[in-house]
Amino acid sequence: MRLYAVVAAGGFRRHATYRVATAAGVFTNTVFGFILAYTFTALWDERPQLGGYDLSQALTYVWLGQALLMTAALMGGGLESELMERIRTGDIAIDLCRPADLQLFWLAGDLGRAAFHLLGRGVVPMAVGALAFDLALPADPFVWVAFLVAVALGVVVSFAIRFLVALSAFWLLDGAGVAQITWLVGLFFSGMVLPLTVFPGGLGTLAQALPWSALLQIPADVFLGKHTGWGLVRAYGFQLGWAALLLTAGRLLQSVATRRVVVQGG
Amino acid sequence: MGAAEAAETLRVAERAEVGEALGAAGQVRAGVRAYRMIAAMWIRSTMAYRASFAMAVFGNFAATGLDFVGILLMFSHVDALGGYTLPEVAFLYGTAGAAFGLSDLVMGSMDRLGSRVRDGTLDTLLVRPVPVLAQIAADRFALRRLGRITQGLLVLGYALVVLDIEWTPLKVLMVPMMILSGAVIFASVFVAGAAFQFWAQDASQVQNSFTYGGVTLLQYPPTVFAKDLVRGVTFVLPLAFVNWLPALYVLGRPYPLDLPFWLAFLPPLVAGVCCPLAGAAWRMGLRSYRSTGS
Repeated sequence: MRLYAVVAAGGFRRHATYRVATAAGVFTNTVFGFILAYTFTALWDERPQLGGYDLSQALTYVWLGQALLMTAALMGGGLESELMERIRTGDIAIDLCRPADLQLFWLAGDLGRAAFHLLGRGVVPMAVGALAFDLALPADPFVWVAFLVAVALGVVVSFAIRFLVALSAFWLLDGAGVAQITWLVGLFFSGMVLPLTVFPGGLGTLAQALPWSALLQIPADVFLGKHTGWGLVRAYGFQLGWAALLLTAGRLLQSVATRRVVVQGG
Repeated sequence: MGAAEAAETLRVAERAEVGEALGAAGQVRAGVRAYRMIAAMWIRSTMAYRASFAMAVFGNFAATGLDFVGILLMFSHVDALGGYTLPEVAFLYGTAGAAFGLSDLVMGSMDRLGSRVRDGTLDTLLVRPVPVLAQIAADRFALRRLGRITQGLLVLGYALVVLDIEWTPLKVLMVPMMILSGAVIFASVFVAGAAFQFWAQDASQVQNSFTYGGVTLLQYPPTVFAKDLVRGVTFVLPLAFVNWLPALYVLGRPYPLDLPFWLAFLPPLVAGVCCPLAGAAWRMGLRSYRSTGS
């Protein structure tokens, strides 16, 4: 356990090193936040209460999306490309020799990364958004805590998906195509384009049942006070269920994949 | 100064002399030729993993496609956004998407400059007798970006079929004009952004705000945004000339700022002014480059 804590701390520090890149990223998140906030304003001006949100809740949703974009790795994290590269080059053999479980090792690193991105990339855009627009920030401190738990569970689901994607490189060698398609699907079904509650009919029901809704939609709804009491427990249960299912799938795939590994050279 | 370093300086000097001897036009020709060769090399290398390439093209196509699905979803709830109907928004979307897709295909690799400066591989490019700009722009040339252009053109096609416009020869000409000039304006932004990375190596993200952010902005009608933002992209960073000003003329819509209508015909001129400015920024950046050395 101590080992994984150290790996997580390493993941945090590793991303914290690039200060200029973080500042640049914050700038980009803020610019996109403004663009989306204006389009959402135009939409909610026409249709107040669309998707069960009022304008200020919809705007809060926009800025939460920008804050969680990197945290929940909605556009893919470093994990896939790095792990895939290790599989392609054969460095994965070294990882497999380590006295640590491959999946847990990378999960710990990814949790550390997510913690940094929440602080480094999430707080400032959210604050700018709150200054520039009238956002619906929760007054109850319990909601903030509940939100952070939902974010953490979302990150685990996000990791489980990306780990599965990365392992595809054992078969494809160059997994860039799979990675791109998954992040696209993820971006759309996480509710980054539009809240899933705005998706019409069957598409909306489907989108809210898929694992990606655990990444942004559920944390955002917890933040906006849509899930309270048993509703909150159900929301957590949904996230935990997908996390367990996908992590197990990753574990199975990992055991199949590692049996395929042939390390070249002497 | 070590021997190797001295030799390097000498070769850089030689390269500059060769460049001067060629003259400006010759240099451009050499650059284009080198660009074509490097791009062809990367296309061959991409084709080594065909399945992955096919998925990447599809992914690139779908990436922007989902953007448009988002807009369709919005219009499943409303009839007009900022006073613009779906075909009108599709027209803005298609022109912005095609123009950006074109410049992304040709210049999209420029944002890798920062990482090359950081890890020192830029030095390798400096000693080759080929314009550095061409080498950087063609670096990892990504044919998959055709997906984005195709998607933009399809949406544009849909808009042109559905829109009820009284076409005049001038308006017809304005459609290809704004795509080509728009691509050049975006390409200038790519080059200027890359020049900025000589100083702020890790800040390639900032460039994304103006390229990807810019194209997202231009997909929506200007009436959606705050006036100050519209002023900013009209007078400071002239993204409005990519499609807003010319497209609103074609659509017969007033521009939210009180501007003379003939500004709609200026995109080629704006593109022509942007290029030397971006080029100057690039040369300044390149001159100020100091390798990390060891």
